[in-house]
Amino acid sequence: MSATATDIQYKVLIGMEIHVQLATKTKMFTSVANGAYPDNANAAPNTLVDPVILGLPGVLPVINKRAVEMAMMVGLALNCVIPSFTKWDRKSYYYPDLPKNYQISQYDLPLCGEGQIELPLTDGSYKTIRIRRAHLEEDAGKLLHEGHEEFSQVDLNRAGTPLLEIVTEPDLTTPEEARLFGEELRRICRYLGVSQGIMQQGHMRFEPNINLHIFHNGQTFKTPITECKNLNSFRSVERACAYEIQRQLAEWHAGGQKQQPMRKSTRGWDDDKGVTVLQREKEEAEDYRYFPDPDLVPVTVSEQWRETVRKEVVELPIQRRKRYEKHYALTPKESMALIDERPNAELFEAAVAAGGSARRVTNLLLGVATKTAKERGVLLPELGISAMTYAALAKLADDGTISATAAVTVFEELLANPSGDPKKIAEAKGLIQVRDVGATEKWVEEALAANPNAVDSYKNNPKKKQASLGFLRGAVMKISQGKADPKMVGELLEKRLDA
Amino acid sequence: MLSSLTARELRDKIAAGEITSRQATQEVLTAIDHLNPQLHAYNSIFPQRAIEQAEKIDAAIKRGEKPGLLAGVPIYIKDNMCTNWGATTCSSKMLENFHAPYNATVVEKLQAAGAVIVGKTNLDEFAMGSSTENSAFGPSKNPWNTKCVPGGSSGGAAAATAARLAFGGLGSDTGGSIRQPASLCGIVGLKPTYGLVSRYGLVAFASSLDQIGPMTQTVEDAALFLQVIAGHDEKDSTSWPDAIPDYLAELKTPMTGLRIGIPREYFDVEGMEPEVKAAVQGAIDWYKSHGATLVDVSLPHTKYGIAAYYIIAPAEASSNLARYDGVHYGHRTHTPQDLYDLYAASRGEGFGAEVKRRIMLGTYALSAGYADKFYLQALKVRALIKKDFDDAFQKCDVIACPTSPSVAFEFGSKGDDPLQMYLCDVFTVTCNIAGIPGLSLPCGFSRNLPIGLQLLGPTFSEKTLLRVAQQYESAHEWSKKKPGVCA
Repeated sequence: MSATATDIQYKVLIGMEIHVQLATKTKMFTSVANGAYPDNANAAPNTLVDPVILGLPGVLPVINKRAVEMAMMVGLALNCVIPSFTKWDRKSYYYPDLPKNYQISQYDLPLCGEGQIELPLTDGSYKTIRIRRAHLEEDAGKLLHEGHEEFSQVDLNRAGTPLLEIVTEPDLTTPEEARLFGEELRRICRYLGVSQGIMQQGHMRFEPNINLHIFHNGQTFKTPITECKNLNSFRSVERACAYEIQRQLAEWHAGGQKQQPMRKSTRGWDDDKGVTVLQREKEEAEDYRYFPDPDLVPVTVSEQWRETVRKEVVELPIQRRKRYEKHYALTPKESMALIDERPNAELFEAAVAAGGSARRVTNLLLGVATKTAKERGVLLPELGISAMTYAALAKLADDGTISATAAVTVFEELLANPSGDPKKIAEAKGLIQVRDVGATEKWVEEALAANPNAVDSYKNNPKKKQASLGFLRGAVMKISQGKADPKMVGELLEKRLDA
Repeated sequence: MLSSLTARELRDKIAAGEITSRQATQEVLTAIDHLNPQLHAYNSIFPQRAIEQAEKIDAAIKRGEKPGLLAGVPIYIKDNMCTNWGATTCSSKMLENFHAPYNATVVEKLQAAGAVIVGKTNLDEFAMGSSTENSAFGPSKNPWNTKCVPGGSSGGAAAATAARLAFGGLGSDTGGSIRQPASLCGIVGLKPTYGLVSRYGLVAFASSLDQIGPMTQTVEDAALFLQVIAGHDEKDSTSWPDAIPDYLAELKTPMTGLRIGIPREYFDVEGMEPEVKAAVQGAIDWYKSHGATLVDVSLPHTKYGIAAYYIIAPAEASSNLARYDGVHYGHRTHTPQDLYDLYAASRGEGFGAEVKRRIMLGTYALSAGYADKFYLQALKVRALIKKDFDDAFQKCDVIACPTSPSVAFEFGSKGDDPLQMYLCDVFTVTCNIAGIPGLSLPCGFSRNLPIGLQLLGPTFSEKTLLRVAQQYESAHEWSKKKPGVCA
């Protein structure tokens, strides 16, 4: 429950409808190439078409089994019930991007029923979000209005792409949660390999349904639900939700304070202006005249098929995250950063499996490596440094062969030369730590001589004893040009000062 | 005269090298030239292509290649099956210039069997009608009496077979569109079990009811055509996956212990002509005198058949025909004001009255608030009609009844009342609703117009239907009679 400046108590309810284009090789109901499959992203307009996509007379749809399986994978990842019987329905409406003027969809018996996921929040806690359903359908084409005054153009490349529509219960209560949910779903889809989740290419589209329960004078007022469209980034999801909350509050304050009938409306998000614009009231909404598609047979999902598909549901981001926290003692923030992209997490695990300590590998990956990967716009494995190399470098630092500072220096060299050997680089750069007692004692003496004040503090000021020791250790390291073994330096310093 | 041969006989002579396909095809093309202006059986004719195909077959036979089941036989297809040559019009202004870039599966199968497709036959627009009076290109005439309709919607097909303008061909049947014109033109028409023949490339009217089937001179020819076109097609999800029997071989199996069900509901209806009733009764009596047992069966929900059909078929049609909108292909209005006008005017101009009527009927039946009362109610009736047949076929092997309550009627005689026309389907729609096979064969004449006997069987009982039909046919001369125009 939140409060505004005027101290009105209200609750935000956000439910999400998410469309995910499945990255099957071919389209939902025909064997022509699918634009959401990585190879076909840049196809010229109207090249990913065939008679079925064009809706020519007499042609018939045939179910793409892989699309059904990918949809089931997402459903299983969202802990949805997968019923044994599901069917196809026609949703009728006229629009030039829909050649048949009906969309093959699923009305009352979707492929995936009720489910739920644990949504990781920014503070490291989790919130349960209930899934209402997820169904499979075919995407429509695109209309291009630019460039010609007198006509619009139709591109049917997108038409017939398998589209999974996931609907949540209104369990999201802040714009941030709405964004986090979208991000988590994208992560899941990328983990499962069912979508690349490239927002700019329309692989995922979000439609939050937002309304408020306002508590005033002992009464609850429910503002009309608005469905926001045209959201193609996570940022716009968050901004549109935030805008709608304030707009609905303002509308209510401006006189809508009486109990209104629930008129649902559709509003489009204008990203430039940062506002939502009324598109239509649901009263004017079309009657879709759903009925079972007689060209398709219902899909029967056997226990065996369901379990075979379940085997394809890999460890999900959230499970991996929890495992990292527990098993490797990583912080929620660290594990989140590592699991965000599956290849990154896999590199981490391979480096650990090759003998690197989880702590050191984490530090290496989330430090300069992540920074460089971001600069280059790539994932960590694409830096070209192998898990073996990460492990070797981590081992050098962990066993004291090189210092932590030196490890970063070696890593920077590896970025330029990914196939290099960490130890050879360290040797060439003179970064191997010196374990020679005689040499170290010499550096210690030099440091003590140069810093009499610190020596005095150590001996006479118990409050500053530890700080002085640290200072002197730093001085030794500096004199040794980082080559001294910090552990040995500490021991020798204490021995000398306490003598 | 080759036209006295059946498709089977012609094929065997061509295969044996006694006749060339070119000769047969040329003879058919000449007959079409002569009679089609009068009968309008065909919408389009492919003389050059047909001759080329015929010559190819002749050459292949000469080379000693194994001839197909329809090697060299000139045939037609109804003009609602797609071909990658010529137009596929559905006798509609909407598709007058539509050229499909693909062949229907049945077309592929016919050609693989060596058939020579000489043309595409006229129909009621989008197969909606019982007389071909709804064709945008003018009606076909009944060869037995050109003042009369040939039936519909496959009226051009039935006329072509009856007038020997081909050695048979393919029609489509959604509520009787093969059997009723077969009955009115005195030929054999078979609507197979739903799913036995691929619908790929058949322009959809009502997808859950549509089925392609043969329209031939004889029962044996129907078996031959069915042999060629039946079987699974991965392009049609509703097509039956199992292997098909050898219909021609099954024809020779003798029949014993046949039980024929007689449904009283199919004899006493309004508009039933006494001569039709008498002829059908005569055929049933013949079966009895030849060893069959007659069993009274009841199909009590038949009386709701027409009502259910005229909800389900238009509902599906309203959706199937939504694609004809003037945007991507087909008729487009010339100067649309806006998108809505483009849709409304293109469709208004492109569709005829009956098609519009059914689109509106179907749209209404599926609309929110009405779907429960109409569409869903009709589906319940459909289930009951199916059950009627299941129950009946516990007691009998086939059901015998009239195909149509009347012989061919005169053009315009059904007036402006569409219901009068819809009642032509009273004996045929239940078969489509139940998905079972039905066959019509000639069993007599009234006023020199043919009468049809309809045989219905349980799903996938085509082999039985064909055998039962052939037994009667071989003992009678009806199939050998030719209409006067052929002389």
